Amino acid sequence: MIEFAVDTTPEGIGVVTPKGRLNMSSARGLKEILDGLVSDGTSKIVVDLAETTFLDSSGLGALIAGLKAARQSGGDLRVARPTEAVLTVFKLTNLDRVLRPRDSVEGAFDA
Amino acid sequence: MGIGRHIDRQAARRLLTIRIIVLLTAILGINYVVWRWLFSVNWDAWWIAVPLVLAETYSLVDSLLFGLAMWRLKERGEPPPAPPGLTVDVLIATYNEPIELVMNTARAALAIDYPHQTWVLDDGNRADLRAAAEAEGIGWITRSSEWADRPRHAKAGNLNNALLVTEGEFLLILDADQVPSPTILDRTLGYFDDPQMALVQTPQWFVNVPEDDPLGSQAPLFYGPIQQGKDGWNAAFFCGSNAIIRREALMQLGVSRYADEVEAGVQRALRTARSVLRQARRGLDDGEVAVRRALDSIEHDIGRARRELARGEALMDVTYRFQQRVAAVRRELVASDLTALQSDLAAIAELERSADEADDGLAGVDLSALDQLSAREWSPLGAVETVQALVDAVDVDLGSEAQPIMPMATISVTEDMATCMRLHGLGWRTAYHDEVLAHGLAPEDLATMLTQRLRWAQGTVQVMFRENPLLQRRLRWGQRLMYFATMWSYLSGFAALVYLAAPIVYLTIGVLPVQAISTEFFLRLVPFLVVNQLLFFVVAAGRPTWRGQQYSLALFPVWIKSFTSAFGNVFLGRSLDFAVTPKTRQEDTGPAWHLVRPQLWAMAALVAAAVAGLVRIGTGQASAAGTTFNLLWVGFDLAIFSVIIKAARYRGFDAGAPAPIPERARRGAA
Repeated sequence: MIEFAVDTTPEGIGVVTPKGRLNMSSARGLKEILDGLVSDGTSKIVVDLAETTFLDSSGLGALIAGLKAARQSGGDLRVARPTEAVLTVFKLTNLDRVLRPRDSVEGAFDA
Repeated sequence: MGIGRHIDRQAARRLLTIRIIVLLTAILGINYVVWRWLFSVNWDAWWIAVPLVLAETYSLVDSLLFGLAMWRLKERGEPPPAPPGLTVDVLIATYNEPIELVMNTARAALAIDYPHQTWVLDDGNRADLRAAAEAEGIGWITRSSEWADRPRHAKAGNLNNALLVTEGEFLLILDADQVPSPTILDRTLGYFDDPQMALVQTPQWFVNVPEDDPLGSQAPLFYGPIQQGKDGWNAAFFCGSNAIIRREALMQLGVSRYADEVEAGVQRALRTARSVLRQARRGLDDGEVAVRRALDSIEHDIGRARRELARGEALMDVTYRFQQRVAAVRRELVASDLTALQSDLAAIAELERSADEADDGLAGVDLSALDQLSAREWSPLGAVETVQALVDAVDVDLGSEAQPIMPMATISVTEDMATCMRLHGLGWRTAYHDEVLAHGLAPEDLATMLTQRLRWAQGTVQVMFRENPLLQRRLRWGQRLMYFATMWSYLSGFAALVYLAAPIVYLTIGVLPVQAISTEFFLRLVPFLVVNQLLFFVVAAGRPTWRGQQYSLALFPVWIKSFTSAFGNVFLGRSLDFAVTPKTRQEDTGPAWHLVRPQLWAMAALVAAAVAGLVRIGTGQASAAGTTFNLLWVGFDLAIFSVIIKAARYRGFDAGAPAPIPERARRGAA
């Protein structure tokens, strides 16, 4: 099963950490969490993928939906620290052309 | 074991026979057409001779592509057993079909043996259908609010909407009138043991069609040898219904298309943004230094953004930075220029509106709107606003679309083929399982049938123009040719025109498009025609093929219209006059002669030409050999076109088949 850790940094950036497999059945949970953050006013979000062991296209879909919501509220969504397995999916779908994974959560909004 | 090996041996022998005939057909066909081009075109009568030899070349290519498919005919036989524990959603797409018809399908879907969830995807958003479905424990889905005021993309949009609401690993897609057998999932899920298998297509078979199939509804050659041949090249394709799809394949496709479309959209927006800026700068007075500097700075940023993209930087980083800088410049400018703002704002609103109307699925903003914008005269602030609107419009959310992820292709009215071609491009596999596992309803009147054929043809030609398979680098050559073969076959309308005109021209005015009706001509042509028919006969293995051959020529006005309307749609931005195929019988108003007027005129012209030919031979103005040959040709054309008369007089299917109602009484009512 999957768990989601949700934190807010002192700078007001939301950090979501999915722990486990981000697949068809858990993607909707992620989407709801991201939507919730944005509607509560946190429109800068980092999704920390360091503990995500598996990611499929539904998971990517949830990330894109979150990105859309964040940008529409004037913020942004960034992904950080993907595992090798997760990075493969990014490359397979060309999504790495759109979203550049960051090396750290702290520095995700630096550049 | 013993029986299995016997069947294998039989299949191998059949394939060998087919390959020998394919080779013979190819050799004889090329031999004939090359000879025609080099030695027998009557160049003096080029106006008919050249069209004829082109039409013959068209037919040869058609025959070669058919032969190529048959070369790898793949008869899969018994499917592997379905593994337990898979999750499946059965999706029934409906728009305006009668509720009882939908529910009949839904009940059959509910009764499928393999564990699954059944959903009605109601694009008509009908409360009574919802009540009926939910009363029987069937899920009901309609479009989410995001679709309001956005392109709906018909059935593709309906499925895309449902994909985000349902969760099963596999999807069985059914049209509202395709009643599934209880075994449909048990017979097909086994193919997905192959982790690269994305889709299994099964035949469409219609129950409301009489033995002689006057409207050519059954497609026994297509749902059979043609799909099996494509399957041999890993190019069996999705036909919109009666197929099982792996969700992950579709979603992956959706994400990768999203990435491509965002990229294309951003590139296009940056290009247009630059020309908008240049227009604005041209209108500046020498005194407006600050404004000029602001515009220069944005143009510099555009150049930088394009360079960053070219270096392969991630799109979201580039657009984010760009947006931030444009916003900053805009803040500086707001104070300095307000005069011409009003009219600009109206034009910007127009941009957003036209982005909503664009339906080519490519990042929302359509080209004509961009052209209009860049041609306009801009005040500096208006120009900056426009640049920002442009980049925002194609940013992450593809703002004009209801969902950023559109797994089902929306570039064509036949979303199925386009989607499948993209799946193949991503390296997925498909299978064609040749067993009827759903029983559907075909159109029962000529008008509906013609609408349906036109829609299929338009969709196929649209895909040919928008994503020509020959140019898809990610497809293997065999796959490219298999997709292209289907598109090529829809160009037959033009060839049909020539095949009609040539004998008429000879019989009436005595102009012969070939140099001579000689022995050599027959020696080269007839063997080709014979082996070509033999190939049909062998691959069909008892399935009827004549109807299909008739309709491929007799519907020439439909094929030509599909080509011209799809051309107008793709290249000139015209509407397709798209129509949903009605699933119920249209009101009966007697034989629909008005729908087939071109064919009736063609038949009249053929008959008149035959009479003229006889007169000319009687008065010694024409040769016996030439006239006989062309009379036979006219006879063949008339036999082909006779199906049109049959179709126009067809009164719909009657299961009990009582005595037919007298024709005259019917017509009196019209």
